[in-house]
Formats: sequence, structure tokens, C-alpha cells
Amino acid sequence: MKCLKLIFLFYVLTAATQIFAQDSTASLLSILEKEMEQNKDVTFYTTATFKTTRLINGHSVENVGKGVLDVKVSHRFGNISEGFYELFGLDKASMRAGFDYGITKNIMIGVGRSTFQKTYDGFIKVKILQQSRGKKNMPITLSYIPTIALKTIHYEDPKIDNHFRSRLSYSHQLIIGRKFSDNTSLQLMPVFIHQNLVTLARESNDIFAIGIGGRQKISKRVSLNAEYYYVLPGTRLNGTNNSLSLGFDIETGGHVFQLHFTNSQGMNERTFIADTKGRWDKGDIYFGFNISRVFTIGKKN
Amino acid sequence: MKILTFILISILAGTQAIHAQSYLTKNGKISFFSRTDIENIDAVNNQAVSVITPQTGSIAFSVLISGFLFKKSLMQEHFNENYMESTKYPKAGFKGTISDISKVTFTKDGTYNVSVTGDLNIHNVTNKVTVPAVIMVKAGKVSANATFKVKLEDYKISVPKIVEDNISKTIEIKVDCNYDPR
Repeated sequence: MKCLKLIFLFYVLTAATQIFAQDSTASLLSILEKEMEQNKDVTFYTTATFKTTRLINGHSVENVGKGVLDVKVSHRFGNISEGFYELFGLDKASMRAGFDYGITKNIMIGVGRSTFQKTYDGFIKVKILQQSRGKKNMPITLSYIPTIALKTIHYEDPKIDNHFRSRLSYSHQLIIGRKFSDNTSLQLMPVFIHQNLVTLARESNDIFAIGIGGRQKISKRVSLNAEYYYVLPGTRLNGTNNSLSLGFDIETGGHVFQLHFTNSQGMNERTFIADTKGRWDKGDIYFGFNISRVFTIGKKN
Repeated sequence: MKILTFILISILAGTQAIHAQSYLTKNGKISFFSRTDIENIDAVNNQAVSVITPQTGSIAFSVLISGFLFKKSLMQEHFNENYMESTKYPKAGFKGTISDISKVTFTKDGTYNVSVTGDLNIHNVTNKVTVPAVIMVKAGKVSANATFKVKLEDYKISVPKIVEDNISKTIEIKVDCNYDPR
């Protein structure tokens, strides 16, 4: 009997020591892991799909943060094929200055003014879905961007009966983007453009196009970008071409510099998607840059 | 026989008591500060997980890099994307021991100055560190805090020349945790 008790006592002692040993040493980290696992009901949102809100000419799937003002100054120079006399186009600059502001994390607005046809433009960008993993799994980011543009250049023929509405054009664009890895992101951009006035009666006022674009980071702060808009045949305006642009993003803290080559001279949706006159194969290539500088002016929370 | 039962019970009870004595938090606060003449940068994470085991003096922390919140959203993005590479290295952690744990009586209210030594892992680089810390016991609750500095280069976090003057080479880290018995 006594012997049994002793054995029992011994057994309890060893068992107790084992539990004690396990809990105090090696398992500390596994306790942490377990607790972190329980935090799995959080959603990790993908950020930095692109470095800034524009891919090259068009919008990327990115928004500016809440309360952030993004001042954008963009230039497109003249035709490179004009040669040395025009310093490969640098003598002729067309520019757009714009302000973008983040109202919420998912809604931003922007206004701008381009020298090309003295155009004012405005847009709203709404992030409908955001790529995420964790509790909520979402493979893509989806944005909707309606824009309006107003040409203020003098009417071509002031003698005829001109209407203010003929100066207006609109676009509606969806962007479906995905960050495939830290370095690679792609997006598709179906877009619909309506111009109240076109040059020829047989031309369509409605233009449908689909864009594809992406970036490949080549270092932490530099990425190579490409963007192509294909205008659906039948809706294309006379003498216009599809827009193709290649460029670099260079990010330095609060600034992003975008340098690129493109066959488009316009910097709002109607002009670069529907009204691209240049052709790469003819050497109608324009060098350009966008400079973005952000200022946090509103409260983040 | 009676003595034996008594011993048995006391050992069992003792084991229970020891077993229950570890302290856990899931919302520890870890913040950091970079101070330069040009700008000050700070961020805070309120979801650090930490465990202290008084018997051995073991202490461990784990924190998600993406959980650090900044005042400027672009800074937060750059912190994750360019500096900490949080998709590759999602966590930072510490595992070590409170070297003078015997000074601390977890059952008695008081403030204890201790020294913590262990492995600090940030950006997938592990370094041995020793930092002073304060453990406070009040009404069964245990809290701990510490302030220490790390050098960016020790953790292979590189800052490009162009923003060199905006980011301090030495970052101050503050830890503030309130533990519950587990």
C-alpha cells in the first residue's frame, strides 16, 4: 500500500515538473505564436500596388491617403523627331497642373488644368474593392473614376452658333488591379468616353477603349511602367491612334518623379485615350514627366 | 500516511500555482521615434503580444510590422514597403530573460528595476541586446516598460542618401505592456 502511494507521489511529481518545464522555457514562443494566430481575424490590405495615383498618363489603382494633398505638375514636350533644332521637342512644352485630395481612404477628388486646348478637368476616384488577405480575401482592387473635362480654347469659328455644351466631354473608367508580388502589379482599365461635339458627322460621340498597364519594380525606389489603351474599332476618331507609353517611377520620400515616352500629348482621359495623334513607328514620340509632391494637411483619423 | 497525503496535496497545489503564473498581453504598446533637425517620425503599435514567465524570468515579444500606425499614410507605406519589407519579414520579435528576476516578487505590489537580455529580431536580423526595464506589480496586475535605442544599420535597414537627413540613424523604441495572469 505504502509502496503504491510512493509510486503515485513520484508520478505526480514528475508530471508536474514536466508541465512546469514545458510552460516556462521552449513553449514561450509557441504561446506567442498561438496568440498571434488568434489575431488572424484581421485583414491585411495590400498597399503600394503602384507608387502614385497615375500610372503614366492614366490613373493607377492607387488613391492618396485621407487628408493628403497631392500636387501634380506634368509636362509633355514636343515631338522627339523634330531633332536638334527644337532640342528633341524640349522647346515645346505642354503642361498640366493639378491638385488631388483624399477625402477618405477610398475616395479622392482632383482638379487640373492643361495648356492643351486650355482644358480644365475634374474627377472623383472611388475605391470599391481593395485587394486583401487574411480574414477578408480579395484578389483585386477595383476603382471607379468618372471625369469631366472642359475645353476653354476659343471656338474655332466664332461666327457660327456655338454651344457651351460642345466644350464638355466625360469619361467613365473602371480599374481592376492586382499586386502580384512586391515587384509586379498589373491593371486593366475599361473606359467609356463621351464627347458632346466631334469634328465630323460620321464620327462617334461615344468611344470605348480598354487599357492595360503594369509596373515592374527594378529597385526599391524605381519601377518600370507601361500603359496601353486600345480604342475599339468603329468608335475611333479620324486620324487618331492607340496610346502607348513607357516610363519610370522614381520615388524619393514625399516626391515621385515619373519620366516617360509616349505618343500622346494630352493629359486628361479624353485627350490621351481618344485624341492621340502620334504614332511610335513614325517617330512621333513625346518625352514627358510628372512630378508628384504630397502634403499631409488633414487629420488622418 | 497523513504526512504523505499532506505532502502530496501541497505539491499538487504548488504545481497548480506555479503553472498559472505566467503573464500575457495581446495589446502591448510598442512605439518608436526618429528625431532629426528636419522632421520627427513616430509610429505606434498597440497589438504586441508578450509573455513573461516569472519562475525562469523568460520574456518574449512578437509584433506585426504592418500594425505600426503613422500620422502620415505615405510614411506608413514607405515604412512597410521600402524599409522594413513587411511582406517578406512580417514580424519583429524578442526572446530573452530578465536577468535579475529574483528581485521581483510578483505577488507583492512594487516597482522593480530590472535588466533584460536576449535576442532582438527586426527585419530578419537578430542581435543580442541588454536593456533596462521596469516591472510594476499592482493589485495582481503586472506591467512592464522599457525604453532603448537601436541602430538602423545593425538591422540592415538602409536609408537612401536623399532622405538621409530626415531619418535618424538611431531609433528610440518604447515598450509599454500591461499583463494579465494566464
